[in-house]
Amino acid sequence: MTELLRVEHLRKSYATALPWGRKPPPALNDVSVVVERGKTLGLVGESGSGKSTLGRCILGLTRPDSGAVIFDGVEVQALSGRALAAFRRRVQPVFQDPFGSLDPRWPVGRSVRESLDCFGIGTPADRERRVLDLFDRVGLNPALAGRLPTHLSGGQRQRVGIAAALASEPELIIADEPVSALDMSVQAQILNLLMDLQQDLGVASIFITHDLGVVEHVSDNIAVMYRGSIVEMGETEAVMNHPQHDYTRTLLAAIPRPR
Amino acid sequence: MTETASTPIAGGKIESHRHSPKRLMLVGGGILVLLALIAIAAPLIAPHDPEAVEVHRVLGAPSLQHPFGSDVLGRDVLSRVIYALRASLMVSVSAVLASLILAVPLGLAAGYFGRWVDSTISRTLDLILVFPAMLLAVTFIAILGPGSVIAAIAIAVIYLPILARVMRTSTLIVSRNDYIAGSRARGASHLRVLATHVAPNAFGPVIVQASVLSAFALQLEAGLSFLGLGTQPPTPSLGGMLADGREVLIQAPWVEIFPGLAIVVAVLGFTFLGEGLRRAFDPRGVAE
Repeated sequence: MTELLRVEHLRKSYATALPWGRKPPPALNDVSVVVERGKTLGLVGESGSGKSTLGRCILGLTRPDSGAVIFDGVEVQALSGRALAAFRRRVQPVFQDPFGSLDPRWPVGRSVRESLDCFGIGTPADRERRVLDLFDRVGLNPALAGRLPTHLSGGQRQRVGIAAALASEPELIIADEPVSALDMSVQAQILNLLMDLQQDLGVASIFITHDLGVVEHVSDNIAVMYRGSIVEMGETEAVMNHPQHDYTRTLLAAIPRPR
Repeated sequence: MTETASTPIAGGKIESHRHSPKRLMLVGGGILVLLALIAIAAPLIAPHDPEAVEVHRVLGAPSLQHPFGSDVLGRDVLSRVIYALRASLMVSVSAVLASLILAVPLGLAAGYFGRWVDSTISRTLDLILVFPAMLLAVTFIAILGPGSVIAAIAIAVIYLPILARVMRTSTLIVSRNDYIAGSRARGASHLRVLATHVAPNAFGPVIVQASVLSAFALQLEAGLSFLGLGTQPPTPSLGGMLADGREVLIQAPWVEIFPGLAIVVAVLGFTFLGEGLRRAFDPRGVAE
């Protein structure tokens, strides 16, 4: 397997140095991870552990203080202009909150088409067709494309979010808590959809979540984050069955299991 | 309160009809449209020349020919109120519009980009906010000389930091949404994100504020003209008419009352519209 993304010694602290000199702990403290083509990395940690910051740094939305994000052999921080746009096409986010991830004033079809419009992919007619295809692809009735987000259910909105991420045919998807705002039954549907898409399209992904139980199903590898550092990393089975770090054990003990 | 509390909730009508934002907006908007029509059509509507002096009609009581009576110089008060409305609305509305045109991009930039852009814009505007509104206006006029254009500019400058601050705050709130980060990741430039996502979603509160400030602008303009710093005689202005009527308040109250009423009605119009808009944008009353 070839390597798609390499994150090296990433550091980031939000610069709110308090007047009496106590510095807040960094959001990212020397974080390194690797994602291989077509594979899923599950990034687990409690809220505030820095996992979302890592996602934003990889997307090129937040600039790290030091360290490097290398995507397909190219350092992301050095990109600008056309090269940056080309990179953005290949790495797309899926967000947690199905309310906040779609512009409330835009019909959802337009949100899905946004990347096609911005990257200038295809003719306007092609884009329309592609949007309808994508709706079909994620299991939504294409007739919903003209609706506003408020007229869709949480699960439907999350499907729209996934369709929007898929529009530019990315090679890596950063899914930040994509199911944690949904009902249990809808969670399973969305997780299955994500896994199906991944198998069919061969997209790699980083699956950010606080729920080890979820990550167990979807990921090939797991990285456990705690207070800005990665405390444990390895193949899913190894981490789930033989956790090395105390924190991982605590997380595992917190998964509700039917007996 | 006790009455509404016992009202059964049916058909989605939870709040009593009297307070519905739609009704408020309609009343406020209706008043303003009416006043605007009167102001625009002033030359057609006004029964007399507002500046024509008729010596034999000095302080004449209201009559059929002069429904609002006549003033110290025998000028028809109704005609003067109509023309004064024109000047006053013109100054207050154009002042607020001018202020908006500057405040919206400044607030957007400050709220969206944050960091040094925000500090530069916000601290600079705070300098204006330090001064009381009237003092600032008077200072301005002391430097530039009186007149309605100067008064409008002064009012625009006074409201600039307020409107910009409102715009900045709502921009901050909107910018935190995932669809903003998502739009960036989907290849949109900052300018595109601002124009297509941030501005349309952040615009509501600033419109409400502008509507409310228009009411204050009208009062401020009247205040300046009352002091002789705004619209200059012989052009009639509501504030100027109040100043004229003050000296003859006992003998001829109509000289004072009618321009006063005109101010009240116009201010009410803007206030109703603003309040209605505010409730429409904020149906849960979070910003109460």
